[in-house]
Amino acid sequence: MNHRATSSADWAIEAQSLSKSFGGNRALTGVDIKVSRGDWLTIFGPNGAGKTTLIKLLSTLAKPTGGSARLHGLNLTSEPAKIRRMLGVVTHSTFLYNDLTVNENLRFYGRMYLVPDLERRIEEVVSQVQLESRLHDRVGTLSHGLQRRAAIARAVMHNPSILLLDEPETGLDPHATTMMREVMDTLNSGDRTVVMTTHNLERGIEIAGQVAVLHEGSIVYQASKKDIDAAGFREIYDRCTGQG
Amino acid sequence: MKGLFTEVYAILWKELISGLRTKEIITSVLVFGLLVLVIFNFAFEPGTSTRETVAPGILWAAIAFAGVLGLNRTFAAERENSCLEGLMLCPVERHVIYWGKLAASFIFILLVAAIITPIFLVLFNLPLFMPRLALIVVLATLGFASIGTLFSALAANTKARDLMLPILFLPLVVPVIIAAVEATGLVLDGRPWGDMATWLQIMIAFDVIFVIVSTFVFEFVVEE
Repeated sequence: MNHRATSSADWAIEAQSLSKSFGGNRALTGVDIKVSRGDWLTIFGPNGAGKTTLIKLLSTLAKPTGGSARLHGLNLTSEPAKIRRMLGVVTHSTFLYNDLTVNENLRFYGRMYLVPDLERRIEEVVSQVQLESRLHDRVGTLSHGLQRRAAIARAVMHNPSILLLDEPETGLDPHATTMMREVMDTLNSGDRTVVMTTHNLERGIEIAGQVAVLHEGSIVYQASKKDIDAAGFREIYDRCTGQG
Repeated sequence: MKGLFTEVYAILWKELISGLRTKEIITSVLVFGLLVLVIFNFAFEPGTSTRETVAPGILWAAIAFAGVLGLNRTFAAERENSCLEGLMLCPVERHVIYWGKLAASFIFILLVAAIITPIFLVLFNLPLFMPRLALIVVLATLGFASIGTLFSALAANTKARDLMLPILFLPLVVPVIIAAVEATGLVLDGRPWGDMATWLQIMIAFDVIFVIVSTFVFEFVVEE
């Protein structure tokens, strides 16, 4: 994985002083992050740290109240439609229609992203998330874990160069988590950049190229995985989040 | 341009499949519309002048209120699994989403009207073949759907969304309802095209205004 970008064009994500307030409540206060192309950044943080807000800002679902961000050189606020084309997003919600089958959901999103050779692409992503046998089942009839895998298939349908994962393993049972991890291990293929938020320190470090800790709306720690001792990261995390 | 049609078609296709699967919506809307017709049919004596006078109003009351029930579902369904966020993440201009939803709402209300209207004509002993009435139904339905789709998106983000839509929608759509009722009255009276021209023009004007304004305003309604 490439951890060090040499010029601005090499950064997949470049955020400077990114802030977000809801009324008088400041959810993010001057977040600076840089993620190089093809890297996997895992952001840790306790509940209410601003992880979901950060993902919402980077995915263009919310507008920052301060600062700026560029994704592959495109301005987050002035070029949102272009940015959306290269983004895949997986959150707590699946964004899938319960009344439609997995196939119909993927067909719908594939059309919205103007995915060429849609049939072949649906076969590919369904195979990637191991959902072939449930392709024609309605999403509402699938278990939570299967729905989450279908959500990943939806998110990668258009082969996005940046993938944003907001606590993708939350709420899954151990078996579903294991299967989810197998799927997630395939996501960082090629030149794809991944930003994932999670509570799970062990898993987050295992899969990451870079790690960061978000606390009370600010990035309080960021390092390359190779520069840290995975076993000692718990202590760093606890210290950063005031739990130590 | 092909991409635009593909995206609008994708939304329309999704809405129609979803609507066909959840039959309770179309069923409840149709039952409601038919109940209104039947109740009014029994409220007025057959052959009386009062009945003939109020007939157009009865038809449009049934279509308008049934339409509101259906429009309530237009964006309410997007709340499930935060599908609206998924839709907002798609790399399309916001008005594309509006047009897709508008097309679906238009077809839905037109389908309801296409079932209610012949039953209304039978109940009120009127001839079934009325091409001019069909034109009025199409124009009024476009007016309902255009403004109804916009307010459905607005109401979907409120707590009292089921109440909010009729409160927002009905006052604005009154010009279309009045024009439809007046034009329908003239058709039922057997009056010539020229007599209803003004009402048709009003409906066309409102349709054009509603569609254009809603196209531009929609982005502000659905964005954060």
